[in-house]
This record gives sequence, structure tokens and C-alpha cells, in this order.
Amino acid sequence: MKAFADLYRSLDETTSINRKIDAMVAYFRHTQAQDAIWAVSFLIGRKPRQVVPTRKLMQWAAELAEVPEWLFEASYDVVGDLAETITLLLPHAPRTSSRPLHEWVERIFLPLRKMEPESQRSEILNAWSEMNESQRFVWNKLITGGFRVGVSRRLVVRALERFSGIDAAVLTHRLMGEWQATADTYRRILSPDTRDADISRPYPFYLAYPLDDNLGDLGPLDCWQVEWKWDGIRGQVIHRSRQVFIWSRGEELVSEKYPELAEAAALLPDGTVLDGEILPWKEGRPLPFSELQRRIGRKTAGKKLLREVPTAFLAYDVLEFGGEDQRPKALLQRRKILSQMLSNLSANRLIVSPVVAARTWQDLQALREESRRRGVEGFMLKRLDSAYQVGRRRGDWWKWKIDPLTADAVLIYAQRGHGRRAGLYTDYTFAVRQGKSLVPFAKAYSGLSDDEIRQVDRFIQRNTLERFGPVRSVRPELVFEIAFEGIQESSRHKSGVAVRFPRIVRWRRDKKIEEADTIETLKSLLSTP
Amino acid sequence: MNGILDLTPSGLYCSNGDFYIDPWRPVKRAVITHAHADHARFGSQSYLCAQDSRALLQARLGREANIETLDYGEILPVNSVNISLHPAGHILGSAQVKINQGGHVCVVSGDYKTDRDPTCSPLEPLRCHTFISECTFGLPIFRWPPPEQVDNEINAWWQINRNQGRTSILFAYALGKAQRILAGLDRSIGPILTHGAVEKINQCYRDLGITLPKTRYIGELGEKDLPAGALVIAPPSADNPTWMRRFPERSRAFASGWMRIRGNRRRRSVDRGFVLSDHSDWEGLVSTIAASGAERIMLTHGYATEMVRWLQEKGYDAKAIPTAYGDEVEIDGKEA
Repeated sequence: MKAFADLYRSLDETTSINRKIDAMVAYFRHTQAQDAIWAVSFLIGRKPRQVVPTRKLMQWAAELAEVPEWLFEASYDVVGDLAETITLLLPHAPRTSSRPLHEWVERIFLPLRKMEPESQRSEILNAWSEMNESQRFVWNKLITGGFRVGVSRRLVVRALERFSGIDAAVLTHRLMGEWQATADTYRRILSPDTRDADISRPYPFYLAYPLDDNLGDLGPLDCWQVEWKWDGIRGQVIHRSRQVFIWSRGEELVSEKYPELAEAAALLPDGTVLDGEILPWKEGRPLPFSELQRRIGRKTAGKKLLREVPTAFLAYDVLEFGGEDQRPKALLQRRKILSQMLSNLSANRLIVSPVVAARTWQDLQALREESRRRGVEGFMLKRLDSAYQVGRRRGDWWKWKIDPLTADAVLIYAQRGHGRRAGLYTDYTFAVRQGKSLVPFAKAYSGLSDDEIRQVDRFIQRNTLERFGPVRSVRPELVFEIAFEGIQESSRHKSGVAVRFPRIVRWRRDKKIEEADTIETLKSLLSTP
Repeated sequence: MNGILDLTPSGLYCSNGDFYIDPWRPVKRAVITHAHADHARFGSQSYLCAQDSRALLQARLGREANIETLDYGEILPVNSVNISLHPAGHILGSAQVKINQGGHVCVVSGDYKTDRDPTCSPLEPLRCHTFISECTFGLPIFRWPPPEQVDNEINAWWQINRNQGRTSILFAYALGKAQRILAGLDRSIGPILTHGAVEKINQCYRDLGITLPKTRYIGELGEKDLPAGALVIAPPSADNPTWMRRFPERSRAFASGWMRIRGNRRRRSVDRGFVLSDHSDWEGLVSTIAASGAERIMLTHGYATEMVRWLQEKGYDAKAIPTAYGDEVEIDGKEA
């Protein structure tokens, strides 16, 4: 635990990519397999779920720190991170234990899940009494389900690559899917023998960057395959050894959530892996994303829900065919295989994502205007000769999204932020005008520069009207331009509308609140499906 | 407010002595607790401060400013009250203001700390009836590590950087914090360089007999003459691309009580945050308030609302008094 807490600290303490990689390599060099595998697991973001209710944890920490609960909450409000608040408040530990990471995780942490609160309490108090501040912080992050550190999976892979000499693409692939954090797994991940196999394992996704170049820089249109950018869940369908596995991009196994897709996938030839999008799909067109959310939240779908929100898998690509990795082939070839395979199939839930035909970039630009009406987010542009690569890469694949909708709105409530924004008022609620009053319609957290955040924070502190717990109502004075991806009617919101992915585009210092948009303008944006 | 002091639009005012303490606007007579900008403002007709604060105050206010001084503990009768100044342990020359009016004693702490600081006189605990205390860090999450430990952490960070050929750049408030850090540096590690704002204050400190290690002002060195592996002390405002350009290989750190919170450090995106403050932590505030034996506690700056409630629950007669901008807590901008 000490070594892992030190690693966490070094990763947390530097913004330099190289120093982060150095720190991880040094850790892998000096750590035994059964600890290192847990470290890898946590670092790449396989964070364990929260095992102790937040309320209880706060209560136990407050008791031990001899701080009244209201003061604990006031402190939490300033720190903006539960695990950290507890760490900062607890009294110094009399001793620190030298128990290794895997023992902490396997003997203490994992069994917590099945314990009664009273036993959890004594285990956790015990753990705290054996840790220094940096160990407690990491431990608290684990038990609150909030473990995160400033490294990406790609960075961990680069460190493992440098440590082991195994190619990054191979490592990335081996880290996909479900695996147990054991010493054997660690050895398998770092094994020089690349003939290993696991029938459930998905391939790393190839992801596109948003188009930032001019269309003109992309060259002739006939070098590109253009598809609609569907608004669903990216996923992989695997049929190997007569078993079906459906993975979401978050590497969650979702086969049971979409039984209609699993059934269809069983008809695929054995040894097939498809990349595509899970969509709520009815009568040949997508339903709004909010409908899919009803399916996402359930472990399994009931009959009624299956009837109301049926899904389809729009296949983009074939990654494995006849048990062979197809990724190095050109997209044009892969596409041929994909079309042939699915046209021979009587599964109407597996659909090849259609190619958009256009003669010129200008024609395409005009077609893009239809996106909202078609229920898509714009286009995907893929070079016809491109291989299927690993991770987010520039050059061969681009997403060309439609511009978001926007509205000018008034800041009316604020709350302190978390993490990097801890202690500052950064979580805002925005309103539009409704007659002479203001009606809240969106919450947004991001989009301002650090400097603007500080200025808005100061404004909020000087212009608070009322406090409701951690939330302050603020003198309505500041106007911001808010962007969002879509808007829908909603009976659950006071304004009668719900917007998707709201964020701040800019602070409209030039506007007064009388110039903010009205609820009527907003409702006029409601798309007719 | 308590029969001795009133809160006015210009700040705390003693009508019987006709003076203000750290006024926010120009007044006839200002008693200044210490020379930081938010306590020592321009434009008053006369100033009174502790002897050791004089040079620093003069440097801030200009040569024309009319400054009188008192030794620590020296009593100055003004009309019907007696004023005296007592060490606050915050920075060199920092003082608590004690006002005695016919046996009733009111103390205004100014900024203070209980931790050891070799560059100024330690806080003198004062008994009084009314204690007006700052509480910048008035939450129990603020607990400072021992200053010796922080000195060691800074030296260790410097040593590693030096071994790897990097310049160590440590941002710290130019008055007080910078000198306190200097006093704890291990001079055997390498050369120490300073930003102009820091060097100016260093001179004042040295003139007043405070021992600081040898430093070199960066402005006197050409960009090519900057020694490798040096430690640079600079004010936070120097953290801009133009000034930083001269140190291509560097590690950046910030020393402040706010570094106790991880989010603050990440927001500054510094490599290291050293928890070192010239204010008291929670325990320091609580113990100083208790030691005052005061019947009445008034709190100002920082998390006053929270600390007042806590004190009231412990049976104190406590109350918050607003500062120039309400109950604002400025995390990033100010000296702390």
C-alpha cells in the first residue's frame, strides 16, 4: 500500500507525461505481480464500486475526528472531495502498516461488500488507524468508489510497454474485457507469447477526433467513406465458439441488457467481431437517445420495455472474420466483408451503417443540415484505405458534428465544484426568461477559463441572495451563452424542456438579463421527430 | 460593537482614541498590524506600527508617509485609552493591537500564527475581555505539518531537481513567506536566486538583523549565467510565460496554507504544493482564542461563519464581523 500510495502521489504531483511514465515504470520494476496487477487495474480506471454508504462514512469519520456533522459537511463543501475531506480531518495514526496492496484489497476491501454496517465500521476504523495521510487518501478513494488519478489508459500502457518491451497495441488488447486481478493475469498481460486467447475479449476501439481542418484539406471526397454519426452507445458484438458477447465502449459486458441483439448475433458466422452502435430503433429510424437511457439503466429488459424501445446494432466495421484479425486491412475491404456477411443473414437487427452518397463536399455540407431531422449527430468521415487503429488518432477518421443549439441564459444558482475546481463556485444553474420571471432550464459545469471562473466565483460570493445548504441563489445579472446537443419536452423539469449535454460557450458580458432568451424561443427549438 | 471599537465603512474604529485599525480607506490616524497590502493601505494622514514594521511599511507606502512606531509592549496613552502592540508571529514587525480602556481590554489580533518562524518574534498570547481574531483558516481541515518537516520537504524536492538538472521554482508571497522559506533552506544544495520583489524585502529583513542565506537577484544575471540546479524564490505573479522562459528545465512549486487542499494545487498545476502558512491553522486559532480568556470573541476574514457556530456550540460568546467584501473567501489571490 505504501508503494502504491507513493505512486499515486508522484502521479498526482506532476503534470509532465514523462515524469508520470517514469514513476509507473519505477513502480512496476519494484513491485511484485500480485500488487502490480491491482495497481494496473485501478490506474486504467477499473474502479471498484462504492462499498460503504456516503452518509455512514461521513458519520464515522466525523466521530473519529471529533467534529460535529455540520462542520464535516461545511469542510466537505470547501474541499469538494469526500475521500480527501475525511483524510484531512482524521487524527494522526499511531502507526503505519506495511501490508501490501493486494492484501488490503483482497482481505479487507473486497470483503467489506458483504458486511453489515457495524462490521464495516470497525474494519474501516482499523484501516484508518494503520495508515498515514497519503495511504488514507488512496484507501478512501477506493472505498468511496471515486478512484481516479491523472493518467489515461494509454499512459499506463506506455509505461507497461517500456517496462516489459511488449508492443503497446498487444498490451491494450490484453487489458480489454473482463479479467481477474491476479498474479497470473499480470504475467499473461506481460507475456512475450502473443498466441494467447480469450474468447470474450473485445478489441480496443478506434476513435475519431472532431474535424478541425478545412474540408478542402481532406482531399478528394472519393477517398472517403461517409456515414451518419449515430447517437447511441458504441459497442462490439463478438461471436466466438458459439458464444455471444456484447461490449459497450466503457468495457461493460451488456449482452443481457440487449437480448434481441444477442439473439441476432448468434446467427453471425463463428469467429466474428463487429464494431458498431447500439441504437433505440423502430420502423427503420432511431428513437431519441433518452429512450435508450431507459434500457441502459436496467440489468435486463422486461417485455413491455422491449416492445417500446427495441434496439438495433448499426455495424460500422468488421474486426475479426473467420477467427482472423481484420484490422490491418483497408476499410474498403473490411466493408465488403461486412456487407456480404450481413446481407447473407436474416437478422434485421444487425444493420450495416449505410454509406452516405454525395458527389461533392458542398453536397455533403447541405445534407449535414438534415442531421437533426434524421436523429443523427452529423457525419463520420473515414479514409477508404485506413486500417482499424487503436485508440483516438488523427488523420484517417474524423467526426464532423453538427453545430450545437445555443441560448443566452442567466446565472441564478451556484454550488461549489469538485476536484480541480474544489472550493470555487463552478457548478451553475441557468435560467431563461418566462414573462417577468426566470425559469431554470440547464445546469452546466464547464466552458469557462480559470480566470473567468475566479471572477464568477467572486461575483457569486458578493451577490448571494439566499443559501439552501450548499446551494446559493445569486442576484440575476450575469448572462452566458449555453450550448446543448438537443432539446426535448420534459414533464419532470419546471421549464417543460430538457436539454442534452449543456455547457457554457462564453460569458456574454455585453448582454443584460433583459437580453437573455425566453422559454418560448427555447421551445421553438424542439425538434419534430 | 463592544464599547471600545466600532465597525465603520472605513473599518474598525476606536472613538475614544480616535484611530482606525488597518483601515480600508484613508483616515486621519491608522494603526497598522503589519505591512501586507490588504492591511496597510495608502493615503492616511498618519500611521502607527511596531518598530520592526517601519521599514517594510515605508517601502510599501512611500517616503512621504508619516509613520510613528512603538516597541513591542510599549504603552501609548491616547485620550482615555492606552494602546500597545504585541508580537503576532505573522511576519517581521507584525503586531496584535491591545487597547485598554479603564481596565477593560480589547485585543485585535491582526494576522497571526502559532508555528515557529525564525524570521520574526513569536506570537505573544494576550489575556483580554474582547478578542477580535482573524480566522482565515477557520476549518478543521486546515492542520499544518510541523515547519521543520516542510523545510525538509522543500530541500528534498530541490535536491532531486538539482540531481536531474532542473531549476526549482518556488512561488511564495514576497513579504514574510519568502524569507521564512529562505531561513529553512539547506545552502549546501546549491545557489539561491530571487525575483526582484523578494530581493527588495530580503534587504529590509537583513537591515533589521534577520539572518538569511546568501541570495542572488536574477535581474543581475544574464539568461546564460543562470546557474544550473538553482532554487528560485518568486512571487506568484511571476508565474507567466515571459518570466518563466529563462528556465526551460524546471519544476514549479507553491508554498501556501491553501496547498493543504489538493484541488488548489491542481488548479495552479504546480508540481508540488508545500503546506506552509503564516496564518494559524485550526488548532492554532482554537488554542489562541482559548488562551485569551476573553468573554467575547469576534472573528474576521475566512471561514468566520463556520468557526463562530463552532465556538458558540462550545459555549463562547462569538460573533462574525464582516470585512470589506462581506464573508468572501479568496482562495487563490491573497497572501496566506
